[in-house]
Amino acid sequence: MKNLVKEFTKGIIKENPTFVLALGLCPTLAVSVSVANGIGMGLAATFVLLGSSVIISLVRNFIPGKIRIPCFIVIIATFVTITELCLKAYSPVLNRALGIYVPLIVVNCIVLGRAEAFACKNNLLSSVFDGLGMGVGFTLALIMISALREFLGSGQILGYTLIKGFEPVFVFGMPSGALLVIGLLLGLFNILKNRKS
Amino acid sequence: MKDEFIVSGSPHIHKKESISRIMWAVVISLIPAGLAGVIIFGLDALWVTLVAVISAVLTELTLQVWTKKKITIFDGSAVITGILLAFNLPSGVPLWLPVIGAIFSIAIGKQLFGGIGQNIFNPALVGRVFLMASWPKYMTTFVKPFSYDALTSATPLAALKEGKILEHISYFDLFLGKHGGCIGEVCILALLIGAAFLLLRGYITWHIPAAYIITTAVFIYIFGGLKLFSGDWLFHILSGGLILGAFFMATDYVATPLTARGQLIFGVGCGLLTAVIRIWGGYPEGVSYAILMMNGATPFIDRYTKNRIYGSK
Repeated sequence: MKNLVKEFTKGIIKENPTFVLALGLCPTLAVSVSVANGIGMGLAATFVLLGSSVIISLVRNFIPGKIRIPCFIVIIATFVTITELCLKAYSPVLNRALGIYVPLIVVNCIVLGRAEAFACKNNLLSSVFDGLGMGVGFTLALIMISALREFLGSGQILGYTLIKGFEPVFVFGMPSGALLVIGLLLGLFNILKNRKS
Repeated sequence: MKDEFIVSGSPHIHKKESISRIMWAVVISLIPAGLAGVIIFGLDALWVTLVAVISAVLTELTLQVWTKKKITIFDGSAVITGILLAFNLPSGVPLWLPVIGAIFSIAIGKQLFGGIGQNIFNPALVGRVFLMASWPKYMTTFVKPFSYDALTSATPLAALKEGKILEHISYFDLFLGKHGGCIGEVCILALLIGAAFLLLRGYITWHIPAAYIITTAVFIYIFGGLKLFSGDWLFHILSGGLILGAFFMATDYVATPLTARGQLIFGVGCGLLTAVIRIWGGYPEGVSYAILMMNGATPFIDRYTKNRIYGSK
């Protein structure tokens, strides 16, 4: 049990996919304009991570080593398709906001990374917790980045104005602002990590 | 910087140059342009400059105390960053704008890279571009010269970009700075006095400014007009931030190439980018973006323009 908790929590801080492993930065840069988009993207990726981790850890002993990557991709693509169709059916607004970045979860390196580095070597239960932990870590990172960007770039959080008379810093709504925020948060994470050790 | 590093036998004469001496000399060389800005745009220009300088110095002090680094606020480099940032702002901006710009310049553009001598990009331009991207409304509202109040006027370059017919600004008016623009960029005469001082004292060399200005002029002469070879190159040299940029910001010691050959390449690159942005780009002015982009290319220029070491192949 203790092991499972560790598998889950490592994805949130110690091996946070965005701030420590620096994986999946492309969707992070693109969709973190608003908190709503960030949460949507994070949940979609978490679902795909969970689903693909389950299936891959179940079939890990039947997949020939030489063609494992194509097999992973097929499994991941299946879950991405499910996600996309559900988004289209139940939340077309979010689907339009995320755009091409939902189908692109197929090649998200967090998902493929967990499949290759963890799910294909570990049993079902630890893979589930690993996938969930990574998904939660990714979602939290996205929420942090997008909250900062949405507040600075438009003076709002989730569409609500926080401070009246605040002059939005437009640059944080642009891609360059995403790079700035991610860079500064990465630096902050490194400072905290160094202080600990 | 000399082209060759000549090593000879002793005795050597010690020249009393140091970083802070050079930096304060640059500050002195910027005074004429600042005075001209105050005369043209009124006391607002002075307040903006003072606020930017004080914020830059305080930011540097705070960060160095906080991170327990050596305090370097007296070497004048933060003062220069503040002055250059203010010179790139219109005089009518609200006073919190230079404060945020200076904090961004020093904190993000300089100290995060490791302080003086370590920055990849010119800190003042980093701050200016940040402000330009964040609050374009304030950054493009220019005060009309000698009106000293809310009367605004477009810069000559902006008017040209919008296709307006210029209200008969003579080259002489452009040279003296009687037109809308940023505080420190308008008076070419004052800028040239400061630049001449720096050149005569040997603090900057002619390579970057000459390559920069000539390239811009030639490119604009060829492509800037309605037909080929009919561009108004003199207008483009005398308006906008070209002179300020070429002499005071493209010659930054840290973020520019070391060798004469590298500096010529750097200047030509800046000139090409400036002209391309002015003729075809979305912005009326491209000096700050051109210099920043070439700052980014400096490590590569340095790598390919190393001087031959004496005795090697």
